[in-house]
Amino acid sequence: MVEWTDNERAIINSIFSNLDYEEIGRKSLCRCLIVYPWTQRYFGGFGNLYNAETILCNPLIAAHGTKILHGLDRALKNMDDIKNTYAELSLLHSDKLHVDPDNFRLLADCLTVVIAAKMGPAFTVDTQVAWQKFLSVVVSALGRQYH
Amino acid sequence: MSLSSKQKATVKDFFSKMSTRSDDIGAEALSRLVAVYPQTKSYFSHWKDASPGSAPVRKHGITIMGGVYDAVGKIDDLKGGLLSLSELHAFMLRVDPVNFKLLAHRMLVCMSMIFPEEFTPQVHVAVDKFLAQLALALAEKYR
Repeated sequence: MVEWTDNERAIINSIFSNLDYEEIGRKSLCRCLIVYPWTQRYFGGFGNLYNAETILCNPLIAAHGTKILHGLDRALKNMDDIKNTYAELSLLHSDKLHVDPDNFRLLADCLTVVIAAKMGPAFTVDTQVAWQKFLSVVVSALGRQYH
Repeated sequence: MSLSSKQKATVKDFFSKMSTRSDDIGAEALSRLVAVYPQTKSYFSHWKDASPGSAPVRKHGITIMGGVYDAVGKIDDLKGGLLSLSELHAFMLRVDPVNFKLLAHRMLVCMSMIFPEEFTPQVHVAVDKFLAQLALALAEKYR
């Protein structure tokens, strides 16, 4: 089980309570598709992904980014048992969506960059440490049920 | 981390010794990849059976090993020689490049299992470097 200090919990809760899910979700997923273009392999049915501009304007991608970000709410509400919270979602990504779990890490990295840009100097070293710890637990849980 | 001419010669020499068992090594390596890292099966969801040791996995392992042998012949210019394979992986297959490293290690394990005497530390370092360069050349067109 992952141990969280009170400070870490406070930091994570604070980030989420100030989060614009639509803005950050859209920006993070777009960034992932642009910076790591091979991740586009999972978005064949999402319309025009021809270049960075079309990706950034794509409403289907924007909606999906928001959806993914809201998926993190589950981890936020169950920080003491993220592994089991995501068991079903992990199976879904393995058995139905066939997503290589390395993509979770790539998206997490993009999300961190976007949040850092948004928070500026408020994204202190301690904040980053807590945030990346949270994301790495989520990424690990999502990859856990692959078989 | 580029290969010295001595290491290139070591790679060519070892691969030529290995050629009688290259199919086995390729088939085993891919089988072991999907066994140890089940997430790699995500790229083979179009096969009926992507379990370790299955026919499609073994056959594909042999295909991949064929590609590696081809690369040995192009060891002096991997980026140029592997251009079309790189385009294939970048635009069609879009395999996450992290998996190249994982498969490379499975290949090293199989080589050392089947050729324990010949797979000395010196051979190991040369082949590992070669496979890393191969992976880089394959990922060249990704972005």
